[in-house]
Amino acid sequence: MIEVSALTKFFGEIRALDGVSFAAERGRITGLLGPNGAGKSTCLRILSTVMNADGGRATIDGIDVAADPLAVRRRFGVLPHGAGLYPQLTAVENIRYYGDLHGIGRETLNARIAALVERLDLSAIANRRAKGFSQGERTKVALARALVNEPDYLLLDEPTSGLDVMATRDLRLWLTELKRRGCCILLSSHVMQEIAALTDEIVVIAHGRLAARGTPAALRHEFACDDLEQVFVDAVMRADST
Amino acid sequence: MNAIGVVCRKEIVDNVRDRRTMFSTLAFGPLFAPLMFVAMIQLVVNQAISSAEQRLSVPIVGIESAGNLEAFLAARGIDADLDHEITDLDSAARAVVDGVHGFVVVIEDTFADNFGSDRPARVTVVFDRSDSRNGERVQRVQSELRAWSERIGALRLLARGVSPTVVRPIIVDSYDLSTPTGRSALMLGILTYFLLFAVLMGGMYLAIDTTAGERERKSLEPLLTTPVSRTSLLLGKVSATTVFMLASLALTLIGFGIATPYLPLDELGMSSGFTAATAIYAFLLLAPFSVLGAFMMTLVASFTKSYKEAQTWLGLLLLVPTLPVAIATILNVEPSQALMWVPSMSQHLLITTLIKQEPVDWLMVVQSVASTLIYAGLIALVTIRLYKREALLG
Repeated sequence: MIEVSALTKFFGEIRALDGVSFAAERGRITGLLGPNGAGKSTCLRILSTVMNADGGRATIDGIDVAADPLAVRRRFGVLPHGAGLYPQLTAVENIRYYGDLHGIGRETLNARIAALVERLDLSAIANRRAKGFSQGERTKVALARALVNEPDYLLLDEPTSGLDVMATRDLRLWLTELKRRGCCILLSSHVMQEIAALTDEIVVIAHGRLAARGTPAALRHEFACDDLEQVFVDAVMRADST
Repeated sequence: MNAIGVVCRKEIVDNVRDRRTMFSTLAFGPLFAPLMFVAMIQLVVNQAISSAEQRLSVPIVGIESAGNLEAFLAARGIDADLDHEITDLDSAARAVVDGVHGFVVVIEDTFADNFGSDRPARVTVVFDRSDSRNGERVQRVQSELRAWSERIGALRLLARGVSPTVVRPIIVDSYDLSTPTGRSALMLGILTYFLLFAVLMGGMYLAIDTTAGERERKSLEPLLTTPVSRTSLLLGKVSATTVFMLASLALTLIGFGIATPYLPLDELGMSSGFTAATAIYAFLLLAPFSVLGAFMMTLVASFTKSYKEAQTWLGLLLLVPTLPVAIATILNVEPSQALMWVPSMSQHLLITTLIKQEPVDWLMVVQSVASTLIYAGLIALVTIRLYKREALLG
């Protein structure tokens, strides 16, 4: 379980995160929703131990991310925004590099890569250099790379941005499959429909603060509105006024 | 340790496939540097030889009245140029100032009278000392005129029954002890400059690609989420840069080894001290410098915001090690223990000593290697600290 409590982060004078608290459980997809610049990426970066919080605490299975970042990284698969691949390496080499960095043995790694290539339908591009990949192909390879250590936790920052309808659909199917296998998935987005279609729990962030949280049904009830988009707008406006 | 190897191997594979990196590593240093070097030496040698052998054609005013002198000069490759309109000293000065002629010899009108009656006859060389192009030619003409004067003087003494040695109380002789390799050392000293350049150039694109390039590609952030410490990531990257620098150095040394036998050093009475053993020593001396260079370049590239900015800064950094080398060459600095603490200068001095085939002080070699590695270690600590900062992500 991911637990975030009173997380605070400053960039100079700017308060990027201002006491955000939420939890994300195993076997569920939790969506971080918020307008651009709300603090979603910052929150994910603190969880993935790339950044340190200025205040508050984030734990994974009770391990403080700041105290033992290497232990946290072993449990995590991360798909950051942009998903940079190495253009001179093939798809398989890109995935293998991360497998090697995770210290996975050769035979296990070969088997895992074969399985990922099969499952994410990468065989056509497996041995091609990443230089000319489409955005969809890049995201698929980056996802395979994030899954190479069979993580219990998967963090995705705006995973569907730049993807076409088919690729978005595929991604949704894979995430649902991972969820069924007990993976805890935390993804950020500024697209309400995407969150609504995928997530079990929604965390709305605006201006670095928690605006609302709960299941889609609970949020509809709280804001007395069936339209989730309207719920999102209302939650952000409510956060603005306080 | 294992993770460092994984990162190093990946960076090498990644960059071997990059045409630009391979060009700067394999082509620039190993190919262009020896070629440029040979071309430079060839030019210097040709100029030195040609100015000593070429026939000169000089306007000599009043040469009609000095047939004996004309024949003497002609036998020594100096011809009187008759195609001019100069009549006296004034017009000669004007011709030189206006640049019509480089220099002019004027024989006075009374030459024949004075010469016939054993009085000193005046011959003037009109030239501009600040015009360096004609310096050597003027000297040649002057010394031939002096030689003729001495010969005529000796003949006159003999005619009077006096031995010409009476007017030569001393004989000034020069006894040049410089060895042929010693003389070629100055030119081969430029070699260390090319070697230092090849080392840094060989790793430059890797230093950029593994830091600013990684950030620009957005592959840095996911890399930082792998369970590998940032120190290991950094050390892996710097190792790959060092490997490329060493490869570039080795290939450049081989390139020089192939090129130096073709240098026309013999024509200058010089011989080359650049042997296979010299190449191996030079490699071992410069290996610590490549570690220092790799950390330095990685540090600078890590500060920059983009690939282009990194290129600009590292381009400037390429010039830094050439400064001590330039100072050492211009001031003709001798190796000393204190100077072994100056990186790039210590390598330059030691390699020059090797090429001169002079005895090498092994204590200095140890000092050079140790001090360079100490600097590398200090820069490594700074770079590691920088890598642990959040701002690394940009």
